[in-house]
Amino acid sequence: MVNSSKRSLRQTVDWKLVICYLLLVLIGWLNIYASSHASETAGILDFATRSGKQFVWILSGLGLGTLILFLFNPRLWEVISVPTYVLILFLLVAVIFLGSEVKGSRSWFQFGPVSFQPAEVSKITTSLLLAAVMSRQGFKLSNFKHLLLVAAIIAIPMLTIVAESETGSALVYVGFIFVLYREGFSGWFIACIGLIILLFILTLTVSPYAAALLLTASVSFCYCTENKLLRRWLIREAPLFLLLIFLPKIWQWAGGEEPAGFFAKVKPMYVLVGMTLLAMPPLMLKAYRERKFSRWAAIIAFLGGLVMIYSTEFIFNDVLQDHQRKRIEVLLGMKEDPAGVGYNVNQSMIAIGSGGLFGKGFLQGTQTTYGFVPEQSTDFIFCTVGEEWGFVGCLVVILLYTFLIARIILDAERCREGFSRIYGYCVASIIFMHLFINIGMTIGLMPVIGIPLPLLSYGGSSLWSFTILIFIFLALYKEENKYF
Amino acid sequence: MNNRTTKLLIGLGVAAGVLIIKLFVIQILNDKYKRDASNNSMVYDVIYPTRGIIYDRNGKIIVGNTVSYDILVTPREVQPFDTVQLASSLGVSPDLIREKMAEYRKNRSRIGYQTVVMLKKIPPETYMQFAELQYKFPGFRGQMRSIRSYPFNAGGNLLGYVSEVDADFIKKHPGEYRSGDYAGKTGIEAARENDLKGEKGYHIYLRDSHNQIQNAYMNGEMDKEAVPGKDIVTTIDAELQQYGQELMQNKVGSVVAIEPATGEILAMVSSPGIDVDVLADISQHYSEIVKNPYKPMFNRTVQASYPPGSVFKLVNGLIGLQEGVLKPSDRYPCSHGFPYGNGRRLGCHGHASPLALLDAIATSCNGYFCYVFRNILDNKKYDSIQDAFDVWRDYVSSFGFGHKLGSDFPAELGGNIPTSNYYNKVYGKKGWKFTTIISLSIGQGEIGVTPLHLANLCATVANRGFYYIPHIVKDSPGIEIDPKYKERVYPKVDSSYFKLAVQGMYMAVNGGGSAGGTAFAAAIPGKDVCGKTGTAQNPRGADNSVFICFAPKDDPKIAVAAYIENAGFGATWACPIASLLVERYLTGEIRPERKYVEDRVLQGNLMSRVKKD
Repeated sequence: MVNSSKRSLRQTVDWKLVICYLLLVLIGWLNIYASSHASETAGILDFATRSGKQFVWILSGLGLGTLILFLFNPRLWEVISVPTYVLILFLLVAVIFLGSEVKGSRSWFQFGPVSFQPAEVSKITTSLLLAAVMSRQGFKLSNFKHLLLVAAIIAIPMLTIVAESETGSALVYVGFIFVLYREGFSGWFIACIGLIILLFILTLTVSPYAAALLLTASVSFCYCTENKLLRRWLIREAPLFLLLIFLPKIWQWAGGEEPAGFFAKVKPMYVLVGMTLLAMPPLMLKAYRERKFSRWAAIIAFLGGLVMIYSTEFIFNDVLQDHQRKRIEVLLGMKEDPAGVGYNVNQSMIAIGSGGLFGKGFLQGTQTTYGFVPEQSTDFIFCTVGEEWGFVGCLVVILLYTFLIARIILDAERCREGFSRIYGYCVASIIFMHLFINIGMTIGLMPVIGIPLPLLSYGGSSLWSFTILIFIFLALYKEENKYF
Repeated sequence: MNNRTTKLLIGLGVAAGVLIIKLFVIQILNDKYKRDASNNSMVYDVIYPTRGIIYDRNGKIIVGNTVSYDILVTPREVQPFDTVQLASSLGVSPDLIREKMAEYRKNRSRIGYQTVVMLKKIPPETYMQFAELQYKFPGFRGQMRSIRSYPFNAGGNLLGYVSEVDADFIKKHPGEYRSGDYAGKTGIEAARENDLKGEKGYHIYLRDSHNQIQNAYMNGEMDKEAVPGKDIVTTIDAELQQYGQELMQNKVGSVVAIEPATGEILAMVSSPGIDVDVLADISQHYSEIVKNPYKPMFNRTVQASYPPGSVFKLVNGLIGLQEGVLKPSDRYPCSHGFPYGNGRRLGCHGHASPLALLDAIATSCNGYFCYVFRNILDNKKYDSIQDAFDVWRDYVSSFGFGHKLGSDFPAELGGNIPTSNYYNKVYGKKGWKFTTIISLSIGQGEIGVTPLHLANLCATVANRGFYYIPHIVKDSPGIEIDPKYKERVYPKVDSSYFKLAVQGMYMAVNGGGSAGGTAFAAAIPGKDVCGKTGTAQNPRGADNSVFICFAPKDDPKIAVAAYIENAGFGATWACPIASLLVERYLTGEIRPERKYVEDRVLQGNLMSRVKKD
């Protein structure tokens, strides 16, 4: 603090973010103790227990955070982004062959009592490299080569992790879409992904007919808004879709038959294919003559969506692995399976639901302490929060996370350097994906995907990597703030 | 602030809102979860299926089921109790109970609220005593389990045992077994595990927050009944198998009997074996079995690779005939053996000389078959001894030797027939000729076959030139065996030549030639037994006694191979054992004038001749 233009530590470090981090870690520690205290022999600091071990992880994590924040030169991170990325990628591949198998996936290195999961660290290195590449001068997402490079940086570790059978950890990488979006990538892309997921669910749970209607309606809606024809859409096309949606019902009123009869007799999907085959050639000809991009886009989106709807059953039954299919079936309510796959979710929802408004109180939970909820101190730690602290506790935790993520985004926006901003967005996206998937899974909004809740779940690998992730950002932010 | 940032922040808010709304619904609006929580949680009570029954070919049960009980304890629910009373009701010592309870106390954090198995396989009578007093011992309960019972002493190696799966086994069969399940590990139990095991079921109960079981979940709608295992009909004749076990008592070796017309294995005895009394509770006796120097777990019938001895002369003779280098009328001299240079001589016993093929088989003349083998290897048709040898090997393989026959019995081994490459490596390409490997003429040397191979050879000769792959499971309702067991396999030798082999084997037992036979002891009046003796050198002590035979000659019902380690001449032990088995199978009894043979075999103890490891 020699230079007068430099600001003091109190001003440069985002202490609110640090406090938020500390609160979450503390909440995690208490709940880990609560979820494993049933053995009742040991105290919260006994190193034989999970809470005792977590305490060690927390202290060492804090030490690590302090080092990153005050000792290392923040410029370092940009410099080492390439070598670390390559090194971790190498470890990711190596672990497939050398790692030890834990619950069906090969993603852990085991060194005596210590185990290490490269996939956790890979999030950090991918973020760093992404930030380094995208902040380079002359980088444009609209440049196809650059886009391809970014896609490769994200996809290579992601696919390697899929090969380790850690599909959950790989799913987190989808979050980088938000970073790309912030940096100018088309928002339609996110919308497309959303639509694909929706079509998939609709095809499986309701009918391909409903999915096809939704597809047609959304494509025509987008086309009309793009061409400022919204009014025409509302008047001419929206009623048509409504009519088509209720067609099975109308059929029922008219003929007194079950809606199933409609599907059996009319076979709307065949009608649809026939109509598409008839209508496409003239539409394509028109698009070709007018050289109109939006028309082509609509045609391609429609055909692509249609292919997806028709192949959904195939993907679902033949591409997905058995356990993945079961999890989705249970989530979508297609099958009730309290003995098998549904067990975790059912138990977890009972635990959380029984918490009520204020919860049963610290250490008073019956569901979580009796060991009904599996993985309760790791992936299902949120159950303990829900049961013992109730809706209020859940609200606090979710708001803390929301604050953490929003704060990182806002801080990132304040950075002048592209590297810091993009890295900040990466951090925010990763935490968000973990948060939404993990909590979503415990309350039955998401299929059971085994990824930890950031900072709360038991485990050194996860805690350390999130600490490093966040503190690198804090350090970058501090550096930005030095000379205001 | 950037427009997109605003959108992302709004998105974050919406996502958080979705989570919060869903939490609000399940924690505050919906009381289904609170009700479920007061019913706390579901308890799965596993129902173990009964294992399929194993029948013999005549519908007799050789492996059945009987009921026993496991005593389970939930240490958290146990209240102070009268240890002595509990111990006496369970028929165990109070110390054992104290020991177990102390162990649970030590591991209480690991056990938590779980239920553990304290005692296994309590017989029903004992369990009834306990059940009457059970109310005095909260936390203890019994769980029924069906265990194996064995009405016949059909031999542990054949039937195989069932035991609790270990971590390794669970790993090898992902998703199929959990710890505490049982699975067939050897023999028929292992071969047909998938049919026999059945499917586990469960009852779902609800448990309240005091860990008390309340009632059935959804009135039992989600329960799953156990599906019993499928029954298996084997090709084994239980009576014959048991008789074989008795004959093989106190001898080391094997007897295998096959029905030539189908390839069905009638009996398969490996001695010494595992007693069926031990089988049901094998884990208790495991260390004792493993320590036994005679290796009772080693199933000699399919795993022991022996030199076949003179029995193999049949194969060489047939190959010679097929190759055209031997004519039935060819006579070769034998002056107590075959001289092969430098004063060396492959010896033979005293008999008339020279002999033609049939007499040579009947008297088992070594010299004769040295000539035969020489003719095969020195055949001018082939450019080198290597080529001729490989042709010979090809013939031998076509009989099923040198590789697994492919039976449905697990752990079958293939034995060994050397290749020309093998000798090239040992002696160099130019370094070996017929005399180098002369012992192969009489089934000695670098040749290894299993007793199952020998029984199959016998069945092949009985069928005059084909065999069915030997197997132990028959078609039965719900179980269809692999169609390969219903297909004839033809060795590369014409049927007409086999008729000569049959005739030679007939003369070995019944005489009628010019020179007498080696196996008169096997004759059964009216049953036209055909047989071939063998005496195989054993580097570990006295010779092995070998005999194959089938009967009746013109309509073979049974083909037997007996291989007795360190028992001397084929005619002394293997021959009476095999022929007694044939007689018992064909006539149902042993005729009075042969009783003394049966007594001699039953009382014979050759164990002291066998070298232990």
